Amino acid sequence: MFTYLIRRILWLIPVLLIVSAITFILMHSAPGGPWDRDLNARQVDPLTQKLLNEYYGLDKPLWQQYVAYIFGDKDKDGKFVCGLVCGNMGPSYRIRGRAVQDVLFKPPEGKSFWYSRAGYSARLGLISLGFAIVVGVPIGVIAALRQNTITDYVSLFVATIGISVPSFVMAIFLIIIFASWLHLISVVPKEWTGIQPWILPALVLGFGTMAFTARLTRTSMLEVLRQDYIRTARAKGLQERVVIIRHMIRNALIPVVTILGPALAGLVTGSFIIETMFGFPGMGRAYVTAIGQRDYSMILGTTLLYVTLVSIANLTVDFVYVAIDPRIKLSD
Amino acid sequence: MTEIAQTGARHSIPDLQLQTPSRSLWQEAWARLFRNKASVFGLIVIAFFLLLGIFAPFFAPHNPLQLNSGKDFLPPAWVELHGSKVGTSEFLLGTDTLGRDVLSRVIYGARVSMLVGFLPTIIILLMGTSIGMLAGYYGGRIDNLLMRITDIMYGFPDLLFFIIAIVALRDTWLGDLMNGLALLFVALAIVNWVGVARIVRGQVLSLKEKEFIEAARCIGVTDMRIMFRHLLPNALGPIIVVSAFTIPNMIITEAILGYLGLGLRPATSLESFFVTSWGALLLEGQTAINAQPYMLLAPALCVALVVLAFTFLGDGLRDALDPRMRGTQ
Repeated sequence: MFTYLIRRILWLIPVLLIVSAITFILMHSAPGGPWDRDLNARQVDPLTQKLLNEYYGLDKPLWQQYVAYIFGDKDKDGKFVCGLVCGNMGPSYRIRGRAVQDVLFKPPEGKSFWYSRAGYSARLGLISLGFAIVVGVPIGVIAALRQNTITDYVSLFVATIGISVPSFVMAIFLIIIFASWLHLISVVPKEWTGIQPWILPALVLGFGTMAFTARLTRTSMLEVLRQDYIRTARAKGLQERVVIIRHMIRNALIPVVTILGPALAGLVTGSFIIETMFGFPGMGRAYVTAIGQRDYSMILGTTLLYVTLVSIANLTVDFVYVAIDPRIKLSD
Repeated sequence: MTEIAQTGARHSIPDLQLQTPSRSLWQEAWARLFRNKASVFGLIVIAFFLLLGIFAPFFAPHNPLQLNSGKDFLPPAWVELHGSKVGTSEFLLGTDTLGRDVLSRVIYGARVSMLVGFLPTIIILLMGTSIGMLAGYYGGRIDNLLMRITDIMYGFPDLLFFIIAIVALRDTWLGDLMNGLALLFVALAIVNWVGVARIVRGQVLSLKEKEFIEAARCIGVTDMRIMFRHLLPNALGPIIVVSAFTIPNMIITEAILGYLGLGLRPATSLESFFVTSWGALLLEGQTAINAQPYMLLAPALCVALVVLAFTFLGDGLRDALDPRMRGTQ
């Protein structure tokens, strides 16, 4: 099991290299560069552009730039600056004077990590995940306990809608209802303090996962309901409450727990369209903005962060399974 | 087995109809599919939007690109908006910023969105099935390569790839083809064939150990023939189900990319075939969300409806083609 884990983690390295190479080639073949995308602002004159390109090493051949990004390069004073392998994601071309890792991870002065861009995204993802679990699991449990009643059908219907209707269409509906018609919230909140501005994005983002959790919980509950040990528990005279909580739900939640990792990854990556819609100051919007501005290092940095996150989340499934279900063993 | 049961029944209770007419596996599946109300609903909705897309010029009340000056931002026919603008029956769903008929534009949008759903899916199925089949059947190096590619694709968030690929190649000849649709198809196909290949591979892996393949090999059937005449028909069920779930994914992706301004380039000339898509309409609606939420509502509802229809159909197909899976999902 330990060697299996190590092998899976090591496999991450080539994945990251290939993904970063693909992204690198694609973004450099996009027309324009980081200095000519502001059509409204004063244009950077060609000489300055040339100097800037020289300063950031953008005039070198592509493969040299790639190697410099991954391993590091000598800077203009001849000193060696370590690249991605040391966690240095390079300077952002558009947010001058700040490195990409600072933009993503460093909170404003005197605030905690949760106020950085990555922190905002992580908070949104965790809140949505919390919502999905807190609402989804009980719905699934109740639906299974009342199988083939109206409660069951209604929750199944809601779950089906939640799974199939994409979150950004859902966001459009909710924005129209709550912002345009009822005027309860503003479409793009200016401040992300307090609870109110978080409700809608978290709801929209978590709805699909909530529906999926509910359906999964219902399915596995239905399976558990028919097991012999449930009959045994009832036969020995346990209270129904104890049977449900300790015998049924505990076993029924095993498949649910295993999807949490991928679900969180899905929420974090799925969030960037939602972040863009709501003007949320997170990583996803940073990516979309960076693409428009051709902020090469920012694009690469956020992509790699996402890929790492998704890969690790997918990795956790196997191990969580082994950890919570003693019947399963990982073979090499 | 059934032969014996039937003759036995005939002898002992001659009056009872104990035998049912024999039906093939596919007929059974069709019957099961049509007994499922939700999937029939899904089929009807999909057929409706397909017809709407194909015969858009007949259904659309106006030319979707015709500007009606002085009639911009009209609300739908049944809405009265603070006195000055009143919906008319001439423009059932209202008009947009330039006074173009929203209903006609949504109808023409169905054409592009349905095409985006079906065409890449066909490419994906062809690619995924043949590669998955080869990998599963021959194993070894091809199989290893496929699994490694799968790992990379699963790590790379789809939308991130679509956005960067489309931004990069938008100004090349590929990006200009079919108003930018061709590039979208290629990007969608590159990412999504992997899922199909994995499913086919899994099917082939379990099927190729079965006796009938062994028998086929014994009588000297060629590998090609085993793959396409013996394995493929048996793996068809899961392939059909996965395509029913792939199509709505394509439509959603187009809508998201269109919303970000990266899908179809909305046409301006009155003769173009691909006028607009639901994604492009969503983008137009977004800019006027406070003044005119209706512009956003129609395409959003269409996307939701089509996606829901495909989900119902996919669920129905899964139940119909594999009765053992019934009710487990």
